Amino acid sequence: MTNIQEALIPKIGVITDIRIDTPDIKTFRVVTPDGVKPFDHRPGQCAMLSMPGIGEAMFSITSSPTNTEYMEFSIKKCGCVTDWLHQAEVGQQITVRGPYGNPFPVDDAFAGKNLLFVAGGVGLAPLRSVINYCRHYRERYGTIDIVYGSRSKDDLLDYQEIIQEWANDEGVNVHLTIDREQEGWDGHVGFVPNFVKELGFSTDKTAILCGPPIMIKFTLDGLYSLGFEKTQIYTTLEMRMKCGIGKCGRCNVGSKYICKDGPVFRFDELDELPDEY
Amino acid sequence: MRKCSLDSLNAIFTRINQFAKLYLPVNGNDGKAAYTEWQEGLEWSNALNTTKSPKDFFFPQTEDLMAFRTSGKNIEIIDTRKESEDFVVFGVRACDVKSFEVLDNVFLKEPYDSYYANRREHGIIISVACTRPADTCFCKTFGIDPAKPQGDISVWKTANELYWQSNTDRGAALLDKIADLTEECGTEAVEEQQQQINKIMAKLPLANLTTDGWGAGKTQELFDHPKWAELSEACLGCGTCTFVCPTCQCYDIKDFNSGKGVIRFRCWDSCMYSDFTKMSAGQPRLTQKERFRQRFMHKLVYYPENNNGMFSCVGCGRCLAKCPISMNIAKVMKTIGGKDND
Repeated sequence: MTNIQEALIPKIGVITDIRIDTPDIKTFRVVTPDGVKPFDHRPGQCAMLSMPGIGEAMFSITSSPTNTEYMEFSIKKCGCVTDWLHQAEVGQQITVRGPYGNPFPVDDAFAGKNLLFVAGGVGLAPLRSVINYCRHYRERYGTIDIVYGSRSKDDLLDYQEIIQEWANDEGVNVHLTIDREQEGWDGHVGFVPNFVKELGFSTDKTAILCGPPIMIKFTLDGLYSLGFEKTQIYTTLEMRMKCGIGKCGRCNVGSKYICKDGPVFRFDELDELPDEY
Repeated sequence: MRKCSLDSLNAIFTRINQFAKLYLPVNGNDGKAAYTEWQEGLEWSNALNTTKSPKDFFFPQTEDLMAFRTSGKNIEIIDTRKESEDFVVFGVRACDVKSFEVLDNVFLKEPYDSYYANRREHGIIISVACTRPADTCFCKTFGIDPAKPQGDISVWKTANELYWQSNTDRGAALLDKIADLTEECGTEAVEEQQQQINKIMAKLPLANLTTDGWGAGKTQELFDHPKWAELSEACLGCGTCTFVCPTCQCYDIKDFNSGKGVIRFRCWDSCMYSDFTKMSAGQPRLTQKERFRQRFMHKLVYYPENNNGMFSCVGCGRCLAKCPISMNIAKVMKTIGGKDND
């Protein structure tokens, strides 16, 4: 029976690059010891990373599936496993298993649509995978709007990639904002939900949100006031997870397991779940 | 059907123990029954049931999942899984037999759990009918018949004899191995006992408890029920109900650094604990009310929704007997189910 594959047993990953994104977010590049991508995934799916003796935790895969060489994880320092990862060095091995959860419907519901991404803080990490996938298959989608905000300019994740690559793509409009005035910043200042309302998007778009709960709440209100329906807004949820395969019980909300039936939900689907996430 | 005299039980246990480890309920020093590995001289307990459920046999309270060796920046993963030994669990009550089916629906669904599956493949269940159901029993509420317990083999105990009937090929093979110690017999004595059990069941305090008002599709209706606050008010969050429950299967995964290496193990966990869902991003279940509600909604609404209407409670009554504040699933079912079943 030891030959039977066991979902809980991970494989080895090697950290080959660490990028310091913000004062508390680093992006880790991971391959197998053979130098290949640990496994294939779809945009929005997650993976379990661990350091034996420290712990295991679920992270969204921030690199796009169209990147065939490696996987990337943008990780904020905010707990045991993440604290440890932030002190790790290039060459460090970790364990990795996945992919877990459902992806964003990039090839069906999103196809041919104008897309509006709205992210706050480290909430850009799961959406970067989707954004880069859609940029890669640019002809499959309409316009792409990206509204992204953080506390300060220094807290904007993937800033170089955003201004050097995303902002220069045809049909891709990037709208950045920071919470407070800052020297050297001549862009928009203010919270993401207000910025979305100010920008006043037309309802011919499919919206994808990820960020702190308070941002989600007020952005939703804004989108509804602009005339958006729940059926055209998606998000990805975060819950504590241990197994990643819908058995350990931690991420159970209603009859769903966020690790397996989520993390991606459309807002009309979320209406059917008890408000406990 | 075959039978043997109670006097020959020792010889039968000795025989079974020759080809498989045998476990059965035995009274401990505290006078309470617990599944114990059989050895010469041990006596099968007369207790209605064990304090802890037999879920340990397939889903142990703690078990090693794998090990790691680290050196410098490198990690080695060691698959510590071993083929389980063959074992026989004797004396399992009808409710607990049904609980294995509830657990199977979790652990044997894809992606299936090789640790659980391995033990399940190697374990033979011998059930026994309940001649003295207790006031805390309500298995009938979930369609379980304590007079006809399932498992690989069913056993009925009368004053002087034991009646055996196999339900599976594995059970039949085991009965063949003890054939010289048993004899072919009619079913009259068992049928008579079954009638008596049914009579007792009809008089139990919870005989009329029903699942009315519960089940798949009831989330919207029951989640915000005003009675959750009152029912959960005294809950201590001790988790005793989840630990004695034969169907509770939530688990935690943790690492233990032994100094020579790291062992990753899993252990039972409880949705009644405040840190069960706590994460750096926040706490979705802020008070004991939400945690309490989760346990019962999962057993009586969410689980049925994912498992063709099957409930994740078998009416064993352990939580009724053990809860320090005398709160329990039967009270919850009556109070929130809409209809007072008294």
